[in-house]
Amino acid sequence: MNNKLWLAVGAGILLVLIVSALFAPLITPHHPLRQSLSEDLTGYSADHPLGTDKLGRDILSRILHGGRISLLVGISTVTLSLAIGLIVGSLSGYCGGWIDQLAMRLVDILLAFPGILLAIAFTAVLGPGLDHVIIALCLIGWTSYARLVRGEILALREREFIQAARALGCPPWRIILRHLLPNLLPPLLIQSTFGLAAAIVAEGSLSFLGLGVEPPTPSWGSMLNDGRQFLLVAPHLTTYPGLAIMLTVLALNLVGDALQERLDTRSR
Amino acid sequence: MDSVKRYFIQRLLLLLPTLLGALTLVFVLIHLIPGDPVEVMLGETATSADKQELRRNLGLDQPMLTQYRNFLTNFSTGDLGRSLYEQASVGAIIGARLPATLQLALCAMIAALLISFPLAILAAVNRGRWLDRAALFFSLLGLSLPNFWLGPLLMILFSIQLGWLPVSGRGGLGHLVLPALTLGLGMAAILTRILRASLLQTMHEDFVRTARAKGLAEKQVWLKHTLRNALISVVTIMSLQFGAVLAGSLITETIFSWPGIGRLTVQAIQTRDYPLVQGCVLVIAVSYVLVNFFTDLVYKLVDPRVSYE
Repeated sequence: MNNKLWLAVGAGILLVLIVSALFAPLITPHHPLRQSLSEDLTGYSADHPLGTDKLGRDILSRILHGGRISLLVGISTVTLSLAIGLIVGSLSGYCGGWIDQLAMRLVDILLAFPGILLAIAFTAVLGPGLDHVIIALCLIGWTSYARLVRGEILALREREFIQAARALGCPPWRIILRHLLPNLLPPLLIQSTFGLAAAIVAEGSLSFLGLGVEPPTPSWGSMLNDGRQFLLVAPHLTTYPGLAIMLTVLALNLVGDALQERLDTRSR
Repeated sequence: MDSVKRYFIQRLLLLLPTLLGALTLVFVLIHLIPGDPVEVMLGETATSADKQELRRNLGLDQPMLTQYRNFLTNFSTGDLGRSLYEQASVGAIIGARLPATLQLALCAMIAALLISFPLAILAAVNRGRWLDRAALFFSLLGLSLPNFWLGPLLMILFSIQLGWLPVSGRGGLGHLVLPALTLGLGMAAILTRILRASLLQTMHEDFVRTARAKGLAEKQVWLKHTLRNALISVVTIMSLQFGAVLAGSLITETIFSWPGIGRLTVQAIQTRDYPLVQGCVLVIAVSYVLVNFFTDLVYKLVDPRVSYE
């Protein structure tokens, strides 16, 4: 595959999505919550380019605002998971011993719950809400970063430049921050790109099950769930939010793949 | 002690704390409910006598340590508690739904294999050509399609527009096609990538070169040497993906009204039947852990080079 082309395509789609989500209040033709019951379930028109939902709300405006939620959940989840994974993984890999054993057993326990099952279970008991979704996704999300960081540090800590730093009396925190972390950036960047895609899909799944963002706040997953009842009469209610999720995830996967090919020396 | 036995014991020792940890996490779940769990389950209108009875039935009136001990003891005897709304034990309800989920999971895995094998072989044989690029693009697309969108899309096309397949429910083979495809496509995408990479790696190994040098037909080289050796990575991925299939069943079964454990979990969440939610989560997690455990053992038997370290 033409690496540069796919990177450009993925980055281009992402840029459009991010800009449209950021400036959604300025560019959307209608307020995402404005109802017009006389215009319910209409198809395409000049006023509503993607039609309206069961309450006559403009779908285009809701999709653009829904993108803000997806990006917010995705970026918050990745940032928090990365921070936790980095701390746990660094300590586990560098210190070894009981800290490593404890951390890795905890990771094993959390990974005993497949996919987003634990996130679903936690949001089910905590109740829906943006903060609960982020917490639930971080609960599992940090484990992959911790494993990655630990593995990389285990491989790096025996390298000569680390041994030299240790021999010169460099304290462990300085070795981790100044010597190990810069070497971890490429794999973490790749992992974060795929992690962002996974978090966006997970948020969509939770919202689809009614466990995500509370209505009437627009979210791609909840829009899809709302549209399910009208598959026969208004299939556009499910088509466009789904397309938005797919394009975002596809763009992130394209960028992730391209980054992997460029930065990950092991995949060459 | 022979290496297989030692490997089995090592894996078993690792499995026990993981299972205990997973059980503990599921136990904690019910105690995370904000406020009074009994009030959340029964609603504000319930009488104090009803609340007291439920609290006693769930054992929530006991000290935490006693509750935990009872939970572990009950689990070891197969007692997962009673559902709040259905007059049956959680174990019996799950047991009745489990075959439907296993049937769907198995069909999804078969669908994934049927899609990914020809694609990966075509891609590897035609490396760098348009067929290879098309297969890679398909796998990327498959990875990007969330099942909560793919399901309704397939439903619109094959059930509503073309009328070829039933919309939902469990019945004959026709009912299985769309849910199995929805659940299996993501796995097919991953398998295509892994198998292609594995085939490309294996086809340059010395033993494949030797097979060619001794004059074996190309078909035999592929079937007997390249594909067979590349299959080891497929076994691992299939076992890891079994978890994704179980988790994905929550959404797929909800979309297609498939009467399995996934839909049961979602229904239990919606009705706040927390003992049932706990039971479903526990059964899914334990099955996943056990499948991984047995895959590790099979893996060791298939490839004796595998070691615990």
